[in-house]
Amino acid sequence: MPVIEVTNLHKRYGDLVAVEDVSFSVEAGEIFGVLGPNGAGKTTTVECVSGLRAPDGGGVSVLGLDPRRDGARLRQRVGVQLQESQLPDRLRVAEALELYASFYRDPAEPARLIDDLGLGDKRNTPYKKLSGGQKQRLSVALALVGNPEVAILDELTTGLDPQARRDTWGLIERVRDRGVTIVLVTHFMEEAERLCDRVAVIDGGRVVALDSPVGLVSRVVPEQRIRFRPSSPVEDHLFTDLPGVSAVTRSGTQVVVTGTGELLHAVTAVLARNQIVAADLRLEQSTLDDAFVELTGQRPAD
Amino acid sequence: MHAFGQILKIETRLYLRDFTSPLITIALPLALLVVFGLIPAGRERNPQFGDRAFIEYFAPSLLVITLAMSAVNILPIVLATYRERGVLRRLATTPASPAALLAAQLVISLATILVGAVLLIGVGWLAFDVPLPRHPLGFTLALVLGTAALLALGLLVAAMARTTKAAQGLAVPVFMVTMFFGGVYLPRFLLPDFLVRIGDYTPPGVQALLDAWTADAPQPLPLAIMTVIAVIAGATAAKLFRWE
Repeated sequence: MPVIEVTNLHKRYGDLVAVEDVSFSVEAGEIFGVLGPNGAGKTTTVECVSGLRAPDGGGVSVLGLDPRRDGARLRQRVGVQLQESQLPDRLRVAEALELYASFYRDPAEPARLIDDLGLGDKRNTPYKKLSGGQKQRLSVALALVGNPEVAILDELTTGLDPQARRDTWGLIERVRDRGVTIVLVTHFMEEAERLCDRVAVIDGGRVVALDSPVGLVSRVVPEQRIRFRPSSPVEDHLFTDLPGVSAVTRSGTQVVVTGTGELLHAVTAVLARNQIVAADLRLEQSTLDDAFVELTGQRPAD
Repeated sequence: MHAFGQILKIETRLYLRDFTSPLITIALPLALLVVFGLIPAGRERNPQFGDRAFIEYFAPSLLVITLAMSAVNILPIVLATYRERGVLRRLATTPASPAALLAAQLVISLATILVGAVLLIGVGWLAFDVPLPRHPLGFTLALVLGTAALLALGLLVAAMARTTKAAQGLAVPVFMVTMFFGGVYLPRFLLPDFLVRIGDYTPPGVQALLDAWTADAPQPLPLAIMTVIAVIAGATAAKLFRWE
């Protein structure tokens, strides 16, 4: 049984339709990514899943419960990290965690969580004095302090420097290893590619694609490119005759073969048959970025 | 209940850590009481003040400082800041309710006002012969209703303002009007009679506090008006208040 099930979710604010029709389900133990351009309806969708907003149509079920009707029971079991949600300036790290721990029946040990998140030496630091990355880690810690079965993390690494972002990714993987199901809202394709088992791309309030990151890329932008320098001259037709090859171009001494399918295998086999050695051989595959552009017509933010 | 206790504990700590807020709210009126009490003329009976000493006449206005600071200045700005920064929204995702945070802030306001009033009455009595409230029941009633009216106005400001800036913009005029009609900026004997009369009915109702403190039972009409203001402003605030 899926941990989260969203069926035909619809949400409007007055005349503005924020979510037109969104359906997906999240299985236990997976990291599920929700991607999409700004204003696509990502945050509204997870707010409905979190029980912060009442859907205008469709259904949401989390751990078999309705977030609006069984909110009190669900909040014991679901940790939420919201976008742009801060703490009082003078609140200290340890105080924040102890306070939030007191809300739950079976909380994690605050002191251990502080250490796990690398905030051990910031225990008595007021919120105001924390760096962006430290604030973000504290925010993640607050979402985890109730020992949740599901964690919903919205724009986890926005505003972090690359190192802090990588540290946070490691943290999320460790959380998943503890068996927590994670919903990750993000507009960083690299983050989704690295962390997510499956992603839903939302655009204009609808799910436009739902797959694993690799599956999504190979389905949406299947083209690959192979570049190499042949040890002796080769004729184009050696490659254009191969199934799946769409183009062969040259730049200087470099040959570039573009195509789909088992391109690398086909090209290297031809080269071997003709006893040509390929120097500087590189396989260029499309990334989730390319798939995102293809699906939404927009560049992902970075 | 456990969560509320923890929230109250932490919010009290944050309030005291802020330092300037409790300082202005409690220590400033006390310091002014001491200053006026040390001036001999401040302690002489004067027919201008209804046969009271100036310090007796002015003490209720000093109490207005505590009330106004706490209820229509600090409270709405703290709540608006918490809302703007997403503190309330974040709490809404946990088993604790943001209402617990609101309740904790109200408890802190009430406690501040209680401590401020007790210190002002105590120091005035011990050091400067200001009598203890002569009509304790009337005084308690006037203080409770005046406080309720001001807290309701403070909550209304917090409910109407969408941002911290807007809350400050709304709170400052309400605060200044409260202070002015409470006779803080200018002692009321210097004000024209019609302004003094308006002040009788402006929260927290300084004349009712003065009557009950130094003379007799307060008039019922101002008390009734404080009740009406508390109910209307409180209900409107409850209707308008948003957690985010």
